[in-house]
Amino acid sequence: MCETIVNLDIVVPSQTRYLRLVGAIVQQLAKELEVQEDKRDTLAFHLDLALTEAVANAIQYGAAANARDSIRVCLSLEDAYLSVRVFDHGRGFDLAAVPPPDFDNLCERGRGIFFIRSVMDSVQYRKTDSGNVLEMRKKIA
Amino acid sequence: MRVAEEIREDRTVLSIQEDRIDAHNSGELKSLLLKALEDGAKSVVVDLARVQFIDSSGLGALLSGYKNASLRSIGFALAGLQPRVRSMFELTRLHRVFDIYPSLQLALSA
Repeated sequence: MCETIVNLDIVVPSQTRYLRLVGAIVQQLAKELEVQEDKRDTLAFHLDLALTEAVANAIQYGAAANARDSIRVCLSLEDAYLSVRVFDHGRGFDLAAVPPPDFDNLCERGRGIFFIRSVMDSVQYRKTDSGNVLEMRKKIA
Repeated sequence: MRVAEEIREDRTVLSIQEDRIDAHNSGELKSLLLKALEDGAKSVVVDLARVQFIDSSGLGALLSGYKNASLRSIGFALAGLQPRVRSMFELTRLHRVFDIYPSLQLALSA
């Protein structure tokens, strides 16, 4: 049975000005985890990057028409895995259909999911009755 | 976005005064780069020494600057990338696209 050690539930307005705040929270969380000293800063950077990309996506594509909509982020540490879930209320998208970037094409967009996949161990996107959730997991220990 | 702009060695130097470039300020960075080119910059150097974090939208803003400069045959270089910022360019192979210098001083003397 999984032991939940940390469980943070964060709700912020669906505005990009809050990216810094959620990034800072997950960076600080990474620094509190029991990981090797030389890997801690990299872990903090990777979690900040994945969460920043996920929340920015949720703000841009996932928010409902209501400008006062909010984004919910859940961080939970269960056994050796940190789970990061980002909820949105938009139409959703097909994660499997997002291609890797074409490195020879200098397109200004289309690298966010690639970054998430690069720094996290698993990424899933699913639709639920209460909205959509992007779930990213990272092995900590 | 706080950016210090100055002309040095006949080049327009834009020094980013933020520790973070993400979707909140990348649009402004894109506009500032375009404005520098439209204002007649002969060559642009973006000093990223203070930037500790950049996301995909930040890379997109810099790519926009690079492409707009190339269209005008204007030089466009990046300087002072912190290791984690540089790692983002390497992950996306963009370090092969941009002229990247370890420091502003080296970019200006190139």
